[in-house]
Amino acid sequence: MNFEFSDEQQLLREQARGFLTEHCPTSAVRAVLDGDQDWDAALWQKVAEMGWTATVIPEAYGGLGLSYYELAIIAEEMGRSAAPLPFSSSVYLASEAIQRFGTEAQKSAWLPRLAGGECVATVAMAERAGRLALDRLETRRSGSQISGTKVPVADASIAEVAVVLARSEAGLEACLVPLQQAGVSVEPVLTFDTSRGHSAVTFDSAEAEVLGGTTINPEDWESLLDGAAVLLAWEQLGLAETALTQARDYALQRFAFGRAIGSYQAIKHKLANMYVKNTLARSNAYYGVWALAEGSDELPLAAATARVAAIQASTYAAEENIQTHGGMGFTWEFDCHFYLRRAKLLSLAIGSEAVWQDRLVSALAAQSAAA
Amino acid sequence: MDFNDTPEEARFREEAASWLAENAPTDDAFRALSPLEQAKVWQKRKYDAGWACMGWAPEFGGRGASAIEEVIWRQEESQYDLPANFFLIGQGMIGPTLMAWASDEDKARFLPPLASGEEVWCQLFSEPAGGSDLAALRTRAERDGDDWVINGQKIWTSGAHYSDYGVIVVRTDPTVPKHKGLSYFYVDMKAPGVEIKPIKQLTGDSDFNEVYFTDVRVSDSQRLGEVGQGWQVSLTTLMNERAAIGGSFGQMDVSLAMSVAEEVEIDGRPALEDAAVRARIANWYVQEAGLKYTGYRSLTALSRGALPGPENSIGKLVGAPKMQAMSSYLMDLLGASGAIADESLAAKAGIIQRAYMGAPGLRIAGGTDEIMANIIAERVLGLPQEPRLDKGIPFNEVPTG
Repeated sequence: MNFEFSDEQQLLREQARGFLTEHCPTSAVRAVLDGDQDWDAALWQKVAEMGWTATVIPEAYGGLGLSYYELAIIAEEMGRSAAPLPFSSSVYLASEAIQRFGTEAQKSAWLPRLAGGECVATVAMAERAGRLALDRLETRRSGSQISGTKVPVADASIAEVAVVLARSEAGLEACLVPLQQAGVSVEPVLTFDTSRGHSAVTFDSAEAEVLGGTTINPEDWESLLDGAAVLLAWEQLGLAETALTQARDYALQRFAFGRAIGSYQAIKHKLANMYVKNTLARSNAYYGVWALAEGSDELPLAAATARVAAIQASTYAAEENIQTHGGMGFTWEFDCHFYLRRAKLLSLAIGSEAVWQDRLVSALAAQSAAA
Repeated sequence: MDFNDTPEEARFREEAASWLAENAPTDDAFRALSPLEQAKVWQKRKYDAGWACMGWAPEFGGRGASAIEEVIWRQEESQYDLPANFFLIGQGMIGPTLMAWASDEDKARFLPPLASGEEVWCQLFSEPAGGSDLAALRTRAERDGDDWVINGQKIWTSGAHYSDYGVIVVRTDPTVPKHKGLSYFYVDMKAPGVEIKPIKQLTGDSDFNEVYFTDVRVSDSQRLGEVGQGWQVSLTTLMNERAAIGGSFGQMDVSLAMSVAEEVEIDGRPALEDAAVRARIANWYVQEAGLKYTGYRSLTALSRGALPGPENSIGKLVGAPKMQAMSSYLMDLLGASGAIADESLAAKAGIIQRAYMGAPGLRIAGGTDEIMANIIAERVLGLPQEPRLDKGIPFNEVPTG
């Protein structure tokens, strides 16, 4: 049994944690949340210099060619510090989509720049409220042009290019659309987590290039989302761990009725519940990253399990961290709300809890039918 | 990451598997024995071949195996339909206590027949007035020459009726604070004055007993630890409890839930197509897989030489309430027929109803949900204990309900 990260990978974790503790303190998150910026551009440069944006991109395209184990570790640390960066959009989604579906020319054009962090990319999927239906997208590609509206699109205001999910006469396509062009308008959309910018992006006969020059199977897009689900699960796990640590520290220092509130069973049991959910989420995230890194056919089940567990753990920990802090937890001044915002934001990206519960059971049924 | 054995572990697994293939009893004569007799026959066979209590030193009947080897053995053994383990408490909890606290003479006398299953032991800790607050126990022992005389009542004693010996913690000094007035003995369960009464559980089964002690004489040589040191000795026993009780929740797993949801209909469609049903099943799978892979992470740590820690408390804390919730919900899906417990008529031969009725016991035994949560909060997260109103007060001055 070797169900653990290697010593080198553990070393990477220590390095990543140390780096983010130094360069992404909560004051950095607060600065983006309070300010006009949609991200911490200076931090992005430093993260790129560390090679994190290049982690799983093959060496042939300027990447480090490392495994998803390394990327999962970085994702967890990104979550732990609630980094105000477009890491999930650019690294887990857009870079992966280009790598998976792009032509040689498309990969050569974009991956080296994404690996180096010279540009940010995002993925544009949602068009309206409700569950994303790949067969009912209204964004249309015809010839070399694309038209339609995507909202909300994370990190579009800072991205140079978007992978836009669209339909053509041929079917489902992922289109590469440079965002700085006449046919594209990017309007800010206010969300509850302004430490990550969101936009409404309208394409009006914008120039677009079909990734891979052909349609993609919905199952292949879902498989891409499986990979992103695993990485988001690690990021949410990091958020959940910070929320639990904050709650624990506060429960030790806050006194009521002459004793630390952490000595009351009502608080202890709440924190024990957080620990249990975090532990289950961590173990399921291990399962997820194992399936992703090893290319296992269990990935659909492992990814859905990791995602559902991480959504549950991170939102619970964030909500109950605030509850543990009492009134101070409800203030803007305390940091507790960073984790509530981000945990919920990431829970809504790429399909929310019910979507993944549904996929989990489908994967279970498929696995038992195959057995 | 991988789920594979190291070469040494693979070699050990192969050795265990081939011994089991040749020696696991399957014959009708064996099946005709009572469950306890079957367990004793099987245990003796393992003992004679060096597969019993493998982690124990050879002089006590073991083979000095590592923790990971014991796990591998259990994995291989669990593939056979073998009798229930009547020796879990004795071998898992009491054996380590004897090793730590008994005289060399007693170790040599008692450990080998405990390992071989020839002698069965039980644990006499809980009392009507001392459950989660075990140290509030009232059974007393008074010194009389070289003997002690025990009077009082124990409860929830698994297997008292077929045990040869028991370990008991008693109050030897009620005038000092509760933890300081306890002492720990082993007793002969056949001694005069020991009376065992089975407890009928709400399931109708009787797995536990009340044990009454009336002027039961034990020699001072049967004491483990010093007079007044009984609490420390008890902790040795209890530290091994979570490992011994473990997290087995029978057949109530997600595959059973899937199977029921495929067979039962909602509005003419399989319940498995219903979003609410799917959400429940997904949540149980998250718990089930989470525990499974937590186990794999623990095994990896064991394989690298680490010791199991309090984090393993989550198995029961998650598993027992899950068993209750799942069995309850599956009966809901069955509708009115969910009430049928008759094995010949009930869905899944009544497993679900039995699980529902048994789950409350699992949520209590070996540390209630609340105590398990306290253990996590205090030992893993480092939160302080609740203030104790009986702290530092002589036991006989502590208010009682």
